[in-house]
Amino acid sequence: MPAPAQRRIIFQHIDEPGYTNDLACYVKHGGYEIMKKAFQRPPAELVDEVKKSGLRGRGGAGFPCGVKWGLLDKKSGKPIYLVVNADESEPGTFKDRYIMHQDPHQLIEGIMITCFANNVKQAYIYIRGEFPHGARILEKAIAEARAANFCGPNVLGSSYGCEIYVHRGAGAYICGEETGLIESLEGKRPYPRIKPPYFPAVLGLYQCPTIVNNVETLCHVKHIAAMGGAEFAKIGTPNNTGTRILCVSGHVQKPGYYEFEVGKITMGELLNDVCGGPLPGRKFKAVIPGGSSAKVLKFGERFKGKRKVGAEMVDYDWAVEDVPMDFDCLGMIGTMGGSGGVIVMDDSVNMVEALANINAFYAHESCGQCTPCREGSLWMKKISSRMVHGAARPEDGQLLKSVADQIAGRTICAFGEACAWPTQSYVAKFGDEFKGYADAKKTAKPGGVTDLI
Amino acid sequence: MIAPAKPELVTVNIDGKEISVPKGTNVIEAARLGGIDIPHYCYHPKLTVVGNCRMCLIEMGMPAVDPATKAPVMDPATGKQKINWIPRPQIGCATNASAGLHIRTQTPQVKDCREGVMEFLLINHPLDCPICDQAGECKLQEQSTGYGRGYSRFIEQKNVKPKRTLLGPRVMLDDERCILCSRCIRFSQEIAKDDVLGFIDRGSYSTLTCYPGKKLENNYSLNTVDICPVGALTSTDFRFKMRVWFLKQTNSIDTESSVGANTVVWSREGVIYRITPRRNDDVNDTWMADSGRELYKAVAAEDRLTAVKLNGAASTLELALAAAADLFKSNAGGIAVVGSGRSSVEEQFLTKKLATALKAPAYLVSRVGQGDKILVSADRNPNVRGALVTGLIVSLPSSQLSALAAAIDAGTVKTVVSVGEDLAAAGLTAGQLAKVSVIYLGTHANATSAAARVVLPTLTVFEKNGTFVNQQFRVQKFLKAVPAPAGATDDLVVLAKLAAAASGTAVASEIGALWSAIAAAVPALGTMTFANLPETGLLLDATPWAALPFAEGETLHYKPSSAKATEGRPA
Repeated sequence: MPAPAQRRIIFQHIDEPGYTNDLACYVKHGGYEIMKKAFQRPPAELVDEVKKSGLRGRGGAGFPCGVKWGLLDKKSGKPIYLVVNADESEPGTFKDRYIMHQDPHQLIEGIMITCFANNVKQAYIYIRGEFPHGARILEKAIAEARAANFCGPNVLGSSYGCEIYVHRGAGAYICGEETGLIESLEGKRPYPRIKPPYFPAVLGLYQCPTIVNNVETLCHVKHIAAMGGAEFAKIGTPNNTGTRILCVSGHVQKPGYYEFEVGKITMGELLNDVCGGPLPGRKFKAVIPGGSSAKVLKFGERFKGKRKVGAEMVDYDWAVEDVPMDFDCLGMIGTMGGSGGVIVMDDSVNMVEALANINAFYAHESCGQCTPCREGSLWMKKISSRMVHGAARPEDGQLLKSVADQIAGRTICAFGEACAWPTQSYVAKFGDEFKGYADAKKTAKPGGVTDLI
Repeated sequence: MIAPAKPELVTVNIDGKEISVPKGTNVIEAARLGGIDIPHYCYHPKLTVVGNCRMCLIEMGMPAVDPATKAPVMDPATGKQKINWIPRPQIGCATNASAGLHIRTQTPQVKDCREGVMEFLLINHPLDCPICDQAGECKLQEQSTGYGRGYSRFIEQKNVKPKRTLLGPRVMLDDERCILCSRCIRFSQEIAKDDVLGFIDRGSYSTLTCYPGKKLENNYSLNTVDICPVGALTSTDFRFKMRVWFLKQTNSIDTESSVGANTVVWSREGVIYRITPRRNDDVNDTWMADSGRELYKAVAAEDRLTAVKLNGAASTLELALAAAADLFKSNAGGIAVVGSGRSSVEEQFLTKKLATALKAPAYLVSRVGQGDKILVSADRNPNVRGALVTGLIVSLPSSQLSALAAAIDAGTVKTVVSVGEDLAAAGLTAGQLAKVSVIYLGTHANATSAAARVVLPTLTVFEKNGTFVNQQFRVQKFLKAVPAPAGATDDLVVLAKLAAAASGTAVASEIGALWSAIAAAVPALGTMTFANLPETGLLLDATPWAALPFAEGETLHYKPSSAKATEGRPA
């Protein structure tokens, strides 16, 4: 069965010849028409459409967007803020940057509809420090939109006004965590806040109710406003509605970004049919389905269990290739859809070295606020780099797993899981490689494979 | 005495034990009320909760209710309401008590969490306990013994950080020992209102430091040393001087102002090594000013008076007292008594007794400075209110003894008894001092002791028992920490003997007996004895003195009642 065709909603114009990121081009393609119509409707109706759509956040956790908006404390009398999480920093994820680089007005339209629906008067786009070009494009786009009265005071001649500001991060992964991002936006170190009591919907930016949404999520809001929540919910699969962008990197013939209806494509179809399969003479060994912090999947392992299809419980028995790429199915097999960053590793990769690389990243990015993550991530890095560059002991794999087990679930933010899950899954699934790494190191790598630095 | 407001109580279940606690109490405090220890580092009862150490992880559950009907869901196995336990461990410090809250602190998961956090805290800790000042009062030591695994699995290199960073004149930082709990940072921001500390770098390389160009030099900097759970912050005054387990702790009161911060004096073999604050939630919480910690240095100061002197020559207490008695007789009717706002209530009571017997006017000298709105008030006398309560004075004193100076000039006063007050500093000229016979009771040499006919060395607050009445009209007691130096006599003994000489009847000087006399004579203190005075003090009814324009402005736990009171009112 051939893979289903891409369905490009968000990425409709990405890489389209002749499509530019200026306002004129966007308007020529029907831009801001949806916003004009949305502004004729009561805001509560727009929130309802998003609730009906079943849209789930595209940033990593997959939290239902409508529910998030519903949690907003609207009675406090304080201003409500929208913070756009454009800190796309999960390794293996590169979707939001294309939206911002090539179609920034799509994001601005999504932001404005969201702001109007939730009575937000100020929105901040928090863009990671490594995206200077994206920040400049966004600033230009906002200026254009403001000049055309699509944002700023008295939008479209109405009494409603909303300003959008771009705020550049300084280059820290943790700023993608919503409360860390808020702290950073307030000008402090991005230490994630404890929840309770600091839920952004109640005590967010400047202790005011705040919505934090991912770039892709907000773009979806525009299309939900256009087609209606019920219609949007028909795209994809139940509880996994709409389309999502999958960023495939690593050892495939055609890495890149692909937009599919959620759950309509399996991992095998994605990697073999869409991305052209493994490199010549290689075999797939492992794949991380949702950004580097998701648990790794090993080709050859099988997943069995029961799942709900419609009203019935159905048995499933999947190889990695059979797993549908949606939030629930990936969750069921013990990993996650995460941010949509699919990282493929073939048989040239030694998993100890791959983990050493990931551990180095998380040790470098741990903010240092709470003990388990601060000390655990660096300890794991020290163990795995000693294995690679020094003396590897057969018991190191178990030690790594034990350290990781002391982190996950015990930290202030989800970074604890993000740094523990790779170690836990690598050791669980590739334990033999960890046991035998001391010997494996002595054999030369196949030709053309680069050494770990 | 005003009864505190009754808080709303809720019942929580900790390790199967039902405990009634005020609603909103966090789980660490609730457990403490039930006698259960929940280990923690970053949590401090007087600072905001940040939840970063993760040592206080506990299991938490709430009684199950049917979401539709709100009816309790019963557990058939136990016949009690089912408890929905949250699978993830929660931090106790940020979990507040609500009705029906269930907590487990002894499960395998909680044990594993604590062992894990202890292991993480120790892997990059230098473990230099043998040379660390915190040893003996280190939470890391105590809790690794109580909750750690007792062995190490860490074979990598430890992080290296600066070992000796002077954050300010009184605080030294060892970054390797720091567990990044951020207590000192929060203290500086929230209590001292001097935001100078912060972390730089990230992850396990995070390092505590002062902001560029800033120093931790405010008058509260040593509190960061007190609250540092490890040996990262040490006092430059105390470090390497003495092991804490050798030190005796004596409760005392800070005498630098009328706040009356509660303190502990740490001494060994008659030598005081440090002063730290003692928690009193109604007075100083857990804080005190750095300036008050230096006061012990007066005990062994160069200018300490240790020899009884008569007409400038060494004498004995008996001879000096006899000489004083002679002066009382020969100058009867021409005597003035200068009491002190630094004297204890008991001493002021005896000073009053002496003045009454001599039919002499009693003066007091005020010391007014700038209050810092925290724990140093504008009134630098610790016990002016004691003088009001005992009736030694009836109105607020001034800083200059101008009435006394005029009386000396007029020749109506020939003898002055000064209880520890330097009359020269209070405005008397050398000429005026030369015109009178001064009987000086005091601890340190000054112009008055030099000019005095009779010098009777007495004791510092660290060498005697007594009480002070602070700005809230709270009676608080201090106890003898170290023995008196040879040659100095307890103020009470000296005052009692002088009063006896003046009145011709014996006067009690032993503090228990003295309190019987005080209780009988002073209605405000009628129900009290020295022994039954609680550690946290006893609040007196201040209404008789409500109209007086006290000098104090607002400080921690104190708001001036008098509208006339202004900060640093010139005397």
